[in-house]
Amino acid sequence: MKNRRLASLSAYPYVVWMAIFVVIPLVLVVFYAFTNDAGQFTTANFNEMGSYTMVFVRSLVLSAAATAVCLILGYPVAYVLAKESAGFQRIALMLLMLPMWINFLLRTYAWMSILENTGLLNTLFSDIGLIALVNKIGSALSSSYVPIDHFQMINTQGAVILGMVYNYLPFMIMPIHSVIVKIDRATIEAAQDLGADDVTVFRKVIFPLSLPGVLSGITMVFVPSVSTFILSKLLGGGTTMLLGDLIELQFMGGAYNPHLGSAISLIMMIIVMVCMALMNRFGDGEDQAVML
Amino acid sequence: MTNKKNGFWGRFLMFLMLFFLYAPIFVLIVFSFNSSKSRSVWTGFTTDWYVKLLHNSAILNALYTTLLVSVLAAIIATIAGTFASIGLYNMRRRWREPLLQVNNIPVINADIITGVSLCILFVFLGRRLGFELGFGTLLIAHVTFNIPYVILSVMPKLRQLDNNLFEAAQDLGCTWMQAFVKVIIPEIMPGIVNGLLMAFTLSVDDFVISYFTAGSVETLSMRIYAMTKKRISPEINAISTILFVTILLLLIIINVREAQQEKAAKKRREEFKQ
Amino acid sequence: MKKILCLAAALMAVLLVFTACGSSEQEVVNVYNWGENIDETIFKDFEKQTGIKVNYKVYETNEQLYAVLKQGGVSYDVIVPSDYMISRMIAEDMLEKIDYSNVPNLSKIDPNYLYREFDPEQEYSVPYTWGVVGIVYNTTMVEDPEESWGLLFDDKYSGQILQFDNSRDAMATALFYLGYDVNTTDKAELDEAYQLLVQQKPILQGYVMDQMFDKMEGGEAAVGVYYAGDCLTMIDNNPDLAYFVPEEGSNFFVDAMCIPKGAANKKNAELFINFMCETDICLRNMDVTGYATPSAEAYAELDEETRENDILFPSEEVLSNCQTYVNLPADTLELYNDYWTKLKS
Repeated sequence: MKNRRLASLSAYPYVVWMAIFVVIPLVLVVFYAFTNDAGQFTTANFNEMGSYTMVFVRSLVLSAAATAVCLILGYPVAYVLAKESAGFQRIALMLLMLPMWINFLLRTYAWMSILENTGLLNTLFSDIGLIALVNKIGSALSSSYVPIDHFQMINTQGAVILGMVYNYLPFMIMPIHSVIVKIDRATIEAAQDLGADDVTVFRKVIFPLSLPGVLSGITMVFVPSVSTFILSKLLGGGTTMLLGDLIELQFMGGAYNPHLGSAISLIMMIIVMVCMALMNRFGDGEDQAVML
Repeated sequence: MTNKKNGFWGRFLMFLMLFFLYAPIFVLIVFSFNSSKSRSVWTGFTTDWYVKLLHNSAILNALYTTLLVSVLAAIIATIAGTFASIGLYNMRRRWREPLLQVNNIPVINADIITGVSLCILFVFLGRRLGFELGFGTLLIAHVTFNIPYVILSVMPKLRQLDNNLFEAAQDLGCTWMQAFVKVIIPEIMPGIVNGLLMAFTLSVDDFVISYFTAGSVETLSMRIYAMTKKRISPEINAISTILFVTILLLLIIINVREAQQEKAAKKRREEFKQ
Repeated sequence: MKKILCLAAALMAVLLVFTACGSSEQEVVNVYNWGENIDETIFKDFEKQTGIKVNYKVYETNEQLYAVLKQGGVSYDVIVPSDYMISRMIAEDMLEKIDYSNVPNLSKIDPNYLYREFDPEQEYSVPYTWGVVGIVYNTTMVEDPEESWGLLFDDKYSGQILQFDNSRDAMATALFYLGYDVNTTDKAELDEAYQLLVQQKPILQGYVMDQMFDKMEGGEAAVGVYYAGDCLTMIDNNPDLAYFVPEEGSNFFVDAMCIPKGAANKKNAELFINFMCETDICLRNMDVTGYATPSAEAYAELDEETRENDILFPSEEVLSNCQTYVNLPADTLELYNDYWTKLKS
């Protein structure tokens, strides 16, 4: 037992490190949020928050939508994947993670080339005559129809959601898959023996057991989505500002005001903490370690 | 999981997913060979961008910074994280649980908050201690967000460890250090390697935290970000293609060799049986 | 798993080779400039001539430059703010006085760009480029427009208009259109301009800075507002584009090289600034960036055709109708910040 106490000493440098570089910075954010330039206590930074309601609402709605899409797309894939052989799964998981090796900004930039008005998709649509077809139908239906020469895809909120889904989808698939794969086969067989059909087995056994993975996935998609400041700039044309952009604007951008920036960061931190609490309640946070 | 295999639709679904994930990357790679700077019109094949890349000192410098900071941060974080995990594991539960919660903060927290808070700290300390944001602060930031991932991948391995193993080694005459190096470390090695790889990947891909903490130093991500503001030069496509293909090859080699070794081991076992 | 360790070791080896190539204790100068505002090949010549390595990084707007410097903790040796930002930085004691004995090439600069209102004693800056703000449009989408700021607010081109992504320039477009003084501190006038921008937002394709190039050249947008030098580059790349300076008047700007307070390599910075004023460097730089050079010697070397290019060198008539931004009082600046954050949200 003496050994254990001795061994526990090796965590101390780490504890000091985390105190300096994780805890103190967050305390500083709180401090900045409640002070002004002269260093006096104030709540003015929060009183201003009302005028940014739209940004909060937009951020929450877009990231919730992206999270929902990720869940709808990701769950079936994770489920189907878990049925495959171990070797197949290993390769498939590797393929899912591989895109992460291409820079996040570049992957997003590639979507710009695809979605633009003169981009790859619109070129394809006009080559196969889809745009002409739409115009034909449109003018047949209404006399005041204005023909289009492209579909507006870039610079829309949909494009921002697409960017979030594309970049964070693997974070939804991984935790769900890792939980489903661990479900004991005996549990499922027991349910089948007791007369449950496939749908019932899924509804009553598999889905409830996979919930920790789902929650973990939801958090891992929602948090980066709600805080991104790049996707909205590249895909949303800079007119769909999100919380991340608002913070960036206060620190590195055109409206230098770190106190307001800290106040917004603090609110975002609270949103994140709520997510964290939810996750701790349902799953044990270590599922993320299975990411790679 | 269930014993039923996937039908056509299951496989098709997976294929669609992979197509969705890889289509943009495919576009990137194809346009690294495009003879004009356009990124939606194909004008002809060229490898010029790869040649130009070799002469672009800004991109190469940024790549160098990125690799250096990622390798250093991954190694430091892996060593620190492994010791920290062993320490945490041996701590009393009363202390361990809250510390693990703190450990989770950088993992779960939004990158931008980690970046902004570290930026405030570095500026705050820099003014008092007289240092500037640069490679040092960038490295500290990377180590800080890497350690928690290392701990998260080493901890479960420690939990699986048989407590008696360590004592058995000491009973058999190992010193504390020998027991640690020869027994514990090999047992948790998969977790350590996994942590190292994860740390390295996260560092290479990180943009947001570097953006707020790098000062006048520039990583590849930051270079790309500066370029997205105007137009990304196809040289960047070229360098991404090189990185991507390298990783792909390495992963294939590792997997093939692992499969071969498994096969060989199986064969040995069979021979042994006979 | 061991192979993965080998892989890591191999990576380290590669890095060591890299490190061996770049010797560490080298003289450097940290330059922080606008994006797309320099011919990057001249760094090599500078290094060859002086042995000083140029670390180059870019910013997008004056306001961003200000934020980064104000935040502190970073050291740059040379920065290139515009006129109004220079006076703001002088007022807030953020600039270092330049030792002109190290910048003999100052004599090559046209006196017209020296001792201006942003640096009345000519102590802090060396002019780098100058120009005006104008409107660039795609002739295949916009036919014979009136040469007015109104084009930016015309809902006929809804979804096709690009506005500046910085507070000062964006507000200026509205102030010019409304016929107010671009340096006004009158809250009612500013508020009216802000309201105009709010109305404009739904018809915009986006707020952009250097993305303007890509979007205008690629035909993604019909109308944009930008700096003359860059407009010239766009027109070179896409002949469908045309340009005018609105008849209500526009902004005349001078961007100048300065040394921020506490620069670590002040001497190197001065050498770099001097180098940038060499006539052949000015000419090469002008060729790449498209911005007019303030160097009188360089101007003398230009051919007739370039000198008559009225985008590069606008006529006296146009110039007399242009105004320079000046630094605004603190409460007006705060108002600008406030409007801008609200507008963008």
